[in-house]
Amino acid sequence: MASIPTPGPEYTTHILPAPFTSSPLTLLAQGAEALVYRTTFLTPNTPCILKYRPPKPYRHPILDKRLTRARLLAEARVLVKCRRDGVKVPAVLGLDADQGWLVLEWVEGGNVRSTLDRWVKEGGQFEKLGESSKDGENKDVWEFMRAIGTSVGKVHDIGVCHGDLTTSNLMVKTTEGHGQAQPQKPSAPAQPYLTGDIILIDFGLATQTVQDEDRAVDLYVLERAFAATHPGAESLFQEVLRAYGESYRGGRAVLKKLEDVRLRGRKRSMLG
Amino acid sequence: MAAVRTFSLPHYPDYPIQVALFKDVKNATFLRSQLLEANADFDYAFIDATMILTPLHLLHPTFLSLHLALSTPPRLKSRTPHSEIIFRLHPNNNIGESYRKFGITDTTTSLIAVKLSLTPEITSESVAKHLGDVVEGTSVEIGENGEQLGEMCQVSKIRKVYKLGDGGKPKGKKGVVNGDADVDERKQMESVILGIMSVKGT
Repeated sequence: MASIPTPGPEYTTHILPAPFTSSPLTLLAQGAEALVYRTTFLTPNTPCILKYRPPKPYRHPILDKRLTRARLLAEARVLVKCRRDGVKVPAVLGLDADQGWLVLEWVEGGNVRSTLDRWVKEGGQFEKLGESSKDGENKDVWEFMRAIGTSVGKVHDIGVCHGDLTTSNLMVKTTEGHGQAQPQKPSAPAQPYLTGDIILIDFGLATQTVQDEDRAVDLYVLERAFAATHPGAESLFQEVLRAYGESYRGGRAVLKKLEDVRLRGRKRSMLG
Repeated sequence: MAAVRTFSLPHYPDYPIQVALFKDVKNATFLRSQLLEANADFDYAFIDATMILTPLHLLHPTFLSLHLALSTPPRLKSRTPHSEIIFRLHPNNNIGESYRKFGITDTTTSLIAVKLSLTPEITSESVAKHLGDVVEGTSVEIGENGEQLGEMCQVSKIRKVYKLGDGGKPKGKKGVVNGDADVDERKQMESVILGIMSVKGT
């Protein structure tokens, strides 16, 4: 048995389906279900994201195909619905559900997690954020939190629950433009990195639902994610919730529900 | 000779796409009848140019058609890769309806002709020559990025076909004065339309 070499994870290469098999792709991230690449689509200067769900060898091939297809389609449909209703998400540029790939618009910018990290690095302190600082020097970061709350509210308003709201799945779009990464001059003045559209990404677990329960769980997951990545930012998160409550009708009811969810945890049914 | 612009899709560099644009076309009826007779010489995708919003709006169904034609086994839902382009443009699954909305009609005056170079014999010269002979109209030169492809569009007609209503329209940006509003609106519409075409029929 020992003679069979078992390749480590670094040797696991995925062969992508046509037409991407021999294309130059840059791997950006890998999750349990999908691989995310950067490439171009339709024209050589349209940058895009390629999300590929590789087949899982441990599942029966027919079941695997159906699951991949259903999940990919669900994601694409939710994204198109959001885009149609004016919610800021990456646009769907292409899809082949049978082969398991999805092409999305490229979003230039960083995620909320790294943006907050940068704010801390540049001298921001969560502990010193009192109510009085909202109009002072830290106005930007409060505004930033309100933008997050409003964005989440908007998604919920159109009847979509994200399912996996974390600080990494919220992007801050920095440059308005056609996505070509502009070379950052070291001498350039500091860009206002806290202002920018909040774009929700990764709708792989999203569902179309209007139940307060599901919405509250979405918020709960985000709250936990905030607490995990930025301990000490509770007061900031309260601002997210406040903006959320004001962003659409029914927002307040969800906040009430959130209190129940906090007491018992994410799962109501205690199953699975 | 007609002016033909060759587009090359990333990931399918071996299959260039020949596109020609005409205005003031006078023999739409003839071209349409050749399509209906399935004359093999007229195996083009003839598209009503007023229904194409942006270059990407045209390249997306072309990519899909090429992609489906080249997969094994071919997964086309219509007869030829060229008819598939027209079919893929429409948001629902009715091929006849797609042709009525996006294909050439007797009253069409501005026309986009698309030819996929699936075999090496089809080159931009051969397409230019043939189209120049058969289309009675003024050939319009297409720029490298295909900007001209969206210039003849009728936004209201496109909105109606894709049932866009106000969706995709940027809201709360009424104060824009620098003329970017139209470009921005088209970009928003384009991204919604590309999504609709991607998830159609699934």
